Amino acid sequence: MISQFPLLAALILVIIGFFAITLKKNLIKIVMGISIIGSGVNLFLISLGYKSAGVAPIFTNAPKLEMVLPIPQALTLTNIVIDLALVAFMLSLVILLYKHYGSLDIRNRRLKG
Amino acid sequence: MNLLLHAPILAISIPLLGGLATPIITKFGKRVRDSWIILSLLFTEFLVLILTHDILSNGIRTYTLGAKFPTDTIPIANFIPVRIVLELDAFSVFMAITSVTIALIASIYSLKFIKEGTAKSKYYTLLLLLTAAMVGLVFTGDLFSMFVFLEILSISSGVLVAFYSHKGEALEAAFKYIVISAVGALMILLAIGLLYGHYNLLNIAALANVLKFSFSDKVALVLLIAAFAMKCGAVPLHMWVPDAYGEAPAPISAVLVVASQAGLYALFRISFTLFSALPTIEIVAWSVIILGVLSMFIGVIMAISQKNIKRLMAYHAISQTGYMLLGIGVGLAVIGNINALNSFGITAMEGGIFHIINHAIYKGLLFLTAGAIIYRVGTKDLNKMGGLAHKMPFTTIFFLIGALAITGLPPFNGFASKLMIYESVFRFSPLLSIIAMMVSILTLASFVKVFYSAFMGPKLKEHNEIREVPKTMLIAMLVLALLTLLVGLFPDIVVDNIISPAAHALVDQSKYIGGVL
Repeated sequence: MISQFPLLAALILVIIGFFAITLKKNLIKIVMGISIIGSGVNLFLISLGYKSAGVAPIFTNAPKLEMVLPIPQALTLTNIVIDLALVAFMLSLVILLYKHYGSLDIRNRRLKG
Repeated sequence: MNLLLHAPILAISIPLLGGLATPIITKFGKRVRDSWIILSLLFTEFLVLILTHDILSNGIRTYTLGAKFPTDTIPIANFIPVRIVLELDAFSVFMAITSVTIALIASIYSLKFIKEGTAKSKYYTLLLLLTAAMVGLVFTGDLFSMFVFLEILSISSGVLVAFYSHKGEALEAAFKYIVISAVGALMILLAIGLLYGHYNLLNIAALANVLKFSFSDKVALVLLIAAFAMKCGAVPLHMWVPDAYGEAPAPISAVLVVASQAGLYALFRISFTLFSALPTIEIVAWSVIILGVLSMFIGVIMAISQKNIKRLMAYHAISQTGYMLLGIGVGLAVIGNINALNSFGITAMEGGIFHIINHAIYKGLLFLTAGAIIYRVGTKDLNKMGGLAHKMPFTTIFFLIGALAITGLPPFNGFASKLMIYESVFRFSPLLSIIAMMVSILTLASFVKVFYSAFMGPKLKEHNEIREVPKTMLIAMLVLALLTLLVGLFPDIVVDNIISPAAHALVDQSKYIGGVL
């Protein structure tokens, strides 16, 4: 049972992120929602490869051979970098939008229909 | 060095490195930069063409990254492909030809269209990055690198949508596009995690071999299909398309069309190669067909009422994507029934796949003509245009060719692929075929409107200064117009040589698996 908790936490994070994206009216909060979904997915990937009492999967001078799976960690690392690029790009768009319209409210927009 | 052996990875890395080197090359002068960009894209095109030639005669080609010898997909003393494998079949190289050709033409067009001093070298960096992402997405045989290439595609095209950053609308469009893409890509990663947690595999071919269609696999399938359908701009997740296509610079809109077709590629690769043995595949096929019909109909209805020329064309892009989804969805629906597949399923898929390249050509042409109008007149509003045929005769002819092709009139290429879809879908379900024809008529109606209000009528006083656009822009449009006409006049050559192998490659799941294992 207790081993399912990380998966549950990942699910809750993804749901919170979805709520933030769909219900919040502030651009920064939408970016935060995406970041939260990203964290949820990362947690899910990491917990896939977790082995209780395992060590980091580095063979040189390893204290024991119970190791966590390396591939999900590689996937997570890649996704963290991609998320960073995405969030940086979105925040720079938010800065430009704020300069342009003087507000962060999504109801204040031009493109419709 | 054996060029053909390493061509798959070179076709990805040359635009990637060429793009990243562009800001440095710019220091040597503008002409050097321009020729650098065109040459690197031409070389990529050459690599893709020799790969196509090889794959059409010798079958599937794989390339393992990091292996001692690139064709060793499975390491010794191991029974699963643990490395990243690029797997190229006829459908992948077909998509790669489409993407690289349109990117090449768009960059020739951009030489004059994008004004100097407006971050032009960064624009080209992003354009080449986008090309690398598209080629990578269609060449990869690995789910996770598919996700990575999709993210590169989203970020680079998102930045290009926001290229006119002095306009608030472009920023809004880019924000909307990137939010939707980011959520979609994260859902894809979640689905990849679900599949990986079950089978310990990321390779598509190895995964297809062992897939057991448990509940979590079906959840992964739903997430993947929803996210890739969003990426190709199908209704109901189409709202980013008119904004992003409408606000991006015109050549980028043309490239965005092929970028969203890379999403279409991933959708078909997932549903055919990975899940075609699913017992309830008909449900998946019908959802693809319904998405297609909805996209066709809602796209064209929304297009009729538009006043902005590029938004109008963007809605037509949604509507044309519906034809591809319809054609290939019908193929997916009858994949278990070998008689139906041979009598009309394969033809429907050929029609859908043929429509991909045709749409890339004529929609690219239409966006470029819209760009030519914006370049000279400076407005996207159809109500402020008029009488442009007096001043821009070549653009008018090119627009007319593109408009007739998109409405499916002979002898242009749209007619050939649409006829294949109508005929084969009629044998599957006559109602769907009738809807498809009706959508074509509505498409004609809205393009008559554009042609009349932009090009016909007397000369306007405020347009006295307007001239024809520069030569490089005309050449880019001329190439696309000639392709429209040639493919329309000799459709059988194209279908027999490229389209039909692509459709068979998509259906033949065991060959794709055998390429790696």
